[in-house]
Amino acid sequence: MTSFFVNGKRVEVDVDPSTPLLWVLRDSLGMTGTKFGCGMALCGACTVHLEGKAIRSCVAPVSRVDGKHVTTIEGLSENLTHPLQKAWIEMDVPQCGYCQSGQIMSAAVLLAATLKPTDTEIDEAMGGNICRCGTYPRIRKAIHRAAELAGERRPK
Amino acid sequence: MTANGRLEHPKPTQGRGKPAPLLLASGLIVAVLIALGASVWAGTGAKPDAKPDAEASRAAFLQVYRVLTSPRCQNCHPAGDAPLQGDDSHVHIQNVKRGPDGHGLYGMRCDTCHQAANLPGVHMPPGNPKWSLPPAKMKMVFVGRPAGELCRQIKDPKQNGGRSLEALMDHIANDDLVGWGWNPGDGRTLPPLTRAETVAQLKIWIDGGAACPK
Repeated sequence: MTSFFVNGKRVEVDVDPSTPLLWVLRDSLGMTGTKFGCGMALCGACTVHLEGKAIRSCVAPVSRVDGKHVTTIEGLSENLTHPLQKAWIEMDVPQCGYCQSGQIMSAAVLLAATLKPTDTEIDEAMGGNICRCGTYPRIRKAIHRAAELAGERRPK
Repeated sequence: MTANGRLEHPKPTQGRGKPAPLLLASGLIVAVLIALGASVWAGTGAKPDAKPDAEASRAAFLQVYRVLTSPRCQNCHPAGDAPLQGDDSHVHIQNVKRGPDGHGLYGMRCDTCHQAANLPGVHMPPGNPKWSLPPAKMKMVFVGRPAGELCRQIKDPKQNGGRSLEALMDHIANDDLVGWGWNPGDGRTLPPLTRAETVAQLKIWIDGGAACPK
């Protein structure tokens, strides 16, 4: 039995400890916001946070998260008020949308570390997230916009 | 999803004053003991009064150099700030960067994808709990270094993480991440010498005075 926290809620799953976290999230817990893209940590679609740091859930054995806190796209905010979610909607970023939860989760780690990221920092943070629709320019703009929104929300 | 993408996780007598005939015999015994002693010292390569064999030392380093510049070692000792991948030592895809601590940047940390152990399957991410590059303040570059230069670099505590030659030996012989090079996972070639052979050559290099090629 593996026990951990998903978006603040404690869960227990009876699966082989080597089962990838993504399978547990989607199949055992029914949380389908996190997507399967390549299964080899090559595309970033399955990105979630483990103790605030990005991991690729498709290659992380669930044993790695035992007793720890995982945040998925569903837990980024309760009501779509995270600056990244607001910016994504405002900039109409997604096309097909499949990669976007992974994109947002990677961007969230960047914004947590850097209040006003430069284009270079965005490139360094987002190079592991692939978008087959090619929405990269909008993703970049939305990250800049989210940094602005976060700045407006921050106490002066 | 499960049908298509499911990964398989398999799961070393002497006498006092004696009559003349016995002196000869004693002398012979002493000669034999000296010869045996010389043989033992030759066996360890550590004869106390022996002059270090610089030529043998340099030759041994060249063997170690073959290992250091093999993909399994040099890929994480790049000249730039991106790790390398594969037997052709190409730049790591995904714009991965060293970062200040050698563990990457933002959501692109080494352990974002690399686990505590190799994942089964060709092209799957290799892993080790210490997976990282040397830190930005001491990059310990192997790639592009001629043998003499790399030799002088790795024995210089100011460039090798503050290690003495003994510590360097211990690092190569026992460090878990270094050991990954000889257990690199599916589809990756091994260094040209085994770890035991590498350590043996390193000992000859150090015992011979850690001499460096020009």
